[in-house]
Amino acid sequence: MLKPPSSTNSQLNLVSLRGITKAFPGVLANDEIDLDIYASEVHALLGENGAGKSTLMKILYGFYHLDSGQIFVNERPVRIQSPHDALAIRIGMVFQDFSLIPALSVMENLALFLPQLPAVLDVNGINRRIAQVSEQYSLEVNPEALVSQLSVGELQKVEILKLLLADARLLILDEPTRVLAPHEVQALFRVIDSLKKDGYAIVLITHKLKEVLECADRITVLRAGRVAGTLLRPDADENRLISMMFEKKLGTNVVTHKTVKPDQVQACLEFRDVWTHAEGLETALQSINLQVHPGEIVGVAGVSGNGQKELGELAMGLIRCARGKKFIFGKDFTDKSVQDVRTSGVAFIPENPLTMSVGPFMTVLQNMAITRTAKYARMGGLSMDWQAVHTDIEQSNQRLGFSLPLNAPARSLSGGNLQRMVVAREMIGDPRLIIASYITRGLDVQSAIAARQALIQARDNGAGVLLISEDLEELFTLSDWLIVLYAGKIAGKFRPVNTNVYEVGHLMTGSKVEHA
Amino acid sequence: MLKTSEVAPRFPIFQNKTVIQIIRYLYMILLALVLFGVILLISGKNPLQAYKDILTSTLGSAYGFSEVLVSMIPMLITALAVALPARVGLINVGGEGQLYIGAAFATFGALTFSNLPAWLLLPIMILLGMLGGALWAFIPGYLKAIGLVNETITTLLLNSVAPKIVGFLIFGFWHSPKDTIKTTTFVDTARLPTFFGTRIHLGLVIGLVLLVLFWLFMKYTRWGLEMRAIGNNAQAARRNGIPLKKYLIIVMCVGGAIAGLAGMSQVSGFYGVLLLNFSMSLGFMGFMISWMAGGEPLGIVLMSFVVSVIITGGNLLQLTRGVPYSVINLLLAFTLFVVLARPSLFKGKKS
Repeated sequence: MLKPPSSTNSQLNLVSLRGITKAFPGVLANDEIDLDIYASEVHALLGENGAGKSTLMKILYGFYHLDSGQIFVNERPVRIQSPHDALAIRIGMVFQDFSLIPALSVMENLALFLPQLPAVLDVNGINRRIAQVSEQYSLEVNPEALVSQLSVGELQKVEILKLLLADARLLILDEPTRVLAPHEVQALFRVIDSLKKDGYAIVLITHKLKEVLECADRITVLRAGRVAGTLLRPDADENRLISMMFEKKLGTNVVTHKTVKPDQVQACLEFRDVWTHAEGLETALQSINLQVHPGEIVGVAGVSGNGQKELGELAMGLIRCARGKKFIFGKDFTDKSVQDVRTSGVAFIPENPLTMSVGPFMTVLQNMAITRTAKYARMGGLSMDWQAVHTDIEQSNQRLGFSLPLNAPARSLSGGNLQRMVVAREMIGDPRLIIASYITRGLDVQSAIAARQALIQARDNGAGVLLISEDLEELFTLSDWLIVLYAGKIAGKFRPVNTNVYEVGHLMTGSKVEHA
Repeated sequence: MLKTSEVAPRFPIFQNKTVIQIIRYLYMILLALVLFGVILLISGKNPLQAYKDILTSTLGSAYGFSEVLVSMIPMLITALAVALPARVGLINVGGEGQLYIGAAFATFGALTFSNLPAWLLLPIMILLGMLGGALWAFIPGYLKAIGLVNETITTLLLNSVAPKIVGFLIFGFWHSPKDTIKTTTFVDTARLPTFFGTRIHLGLVIGLVLLVLFWLFMKYTRWGLEMRAIGNNAQAARRNGIPLKKYLIIVMCVGGAIAGLAGMSQVSGFYGVLLLNFSMSLGFMGFMISWMAGGEPLGIVLMSFVVSVIITGGNLLQLTRGVPYSVINLLLAFTLFVVLARPSLFKGKKS
């Protein structure tokens, strides 16, 4: 039996975790983790992919069951078997992928989550509470709006409202800024701040150092399932946190902008006034004129859902041009299939590796082979040259500094490892044009640097890169040209040196540029 | 790096996947037999005696055993016609219809080229049968590939069309002078050879060879890998440059061709004549077997065997025990139910 924690701190321990251990098949995700969360604090949980941050918090929220260890709430031991139990002791969590029901209105979604939902809804009462809480913490949303019509930022507000209405005192936010535009991030931090002042405890799961330093009071760093250390904000700085996360200093992320003379060389990818039809929830692209030249990275900025996904798929031939022409390496590819595009030397890193790029029940090795089965086929296809696949991956991994378990099924990999796998696969065979969507999404600092270096290396070797990203800092450091997509149109095209985050941010959200 | 937690195997033999599978099937069959026994008890029959009758009549004699193998043949082949498209996520409920059209095409060959020698005529009939099944499956495959209609619905609906076409051909053109519901008996050169003086015909060898080829194909070839990629995640496969539409159409047609082959083997190997409504749900039986076997070749052989024992034995039960034949459908239904419910014997061994 573990001893209950004693408060050495003047502050009250709202929640204490002692000796939390959780193993998944083949991985010890949490190894004897101790963690205290006080009331009225923003506690950042920092660590690279697979460090065990999300697992730990999902245990606290009752989503996973712990193998051993003890959870104390207000110094009393509790057993949390399900999210329902967690909410009963006022712990709530916002997942990375939101869990709202799109077909219902905001009010209905919130009502569904209330601890005691009466048989007949007191609609006015609920609306009053929504209005009151949302005003108090500047979380304004229209309670009548359908969730399917909300922007990502609004969805997040609703998720937070949901927990507040359900009386949670401890809010766990899993990478909340992942999908937000810069000014939305600032707004979120203001909300977090006002919640903190009213006594709420907030746990922020993240691997973005800047955010941690900006809004956390205490920072706990996890490394490989163990606590690497806990720092108070004043004691923390970027270098110290990085060395705790990785146990070693990282090379700095130096990017040199090569001077390119685009006009003399043929474009790798060119759109001439391309329009597309929207299917389902897609965005129709309108009048796209764009050139990606060899040795050039063209960054595409935009709030999710404004046509970036479609632009990537249009380039690959997954979406047809309704009007206009598409050229790849100078040849008319307007009506060519994905296979034709790929075999001409184009690599594609789609935005979601699990649903868009891999077969979950196939091994990593098999997944590595499926983009170029013709190349690895032996005896006309009767067998596959797995040795060659192996060699190619090892080479690619070595260049990128990744290491991947080749015989594990893809679905057993963490999100970051999946992304590494796709990046490593697409860099095989030196592609001449790379369409990369959110290439560093879900990657920790070290792997993100490696992935970016890979793009830069490819560019310096004369490949063209279309880089779709939501990380403006990434776009500004990597791009030779930067375009902004808004509502399916190109809203602006810049040299990154000639613009700034705020101008781009405003174009992304469709608001007018206000010059300060 | 992260630590790996190792678990020592408690029973090494149960770590073998094949052994686990076989034990699971036996356990499930036992469960079905117990449930069916309750039904027999309620209707005043002695279940133990009934099971004894089934077993002695099928596995107790060389003749009984050969009859089991004979009824296995179309099941093996139609099950494969379902298992193959299932690997790319296609649900082919149309084995029945494809089998009828295949049989009709093969019959056309048998009646038209009846003066050819067997070594030429039989391959022609096999190819015709496969062509018929493939054409019939092309319709749902194409409609699926262009994103118009789900193949489950089209294959199922086409099942009721195919026997009508066969009926039309028999009544209209092919019926024998003596009998309007069947064609004239095939010439000997149009019959698949039989073995050991029993009714077991070459279809058994064809079915088993196809299952082995299917296994090798999926495991080793480039196309097997691409099909697995599609079955795993069709959208990812498409993004990775695998020609999804082409695969959907071709695989569906190959599935249909195999079902057509089953039709050919029935008319040429078993009946020697094209009979109106001859199939009696063989295609559906194949569907059931394929799903019960999880699409695995070895499982298909096992399940076909069990189902054949039940059906062959059931015929006898009806004669000797006064049990109506439809009761056998109950036993089949119980088997299906138990298998689909997938009770797990060993913790965490659910696929």
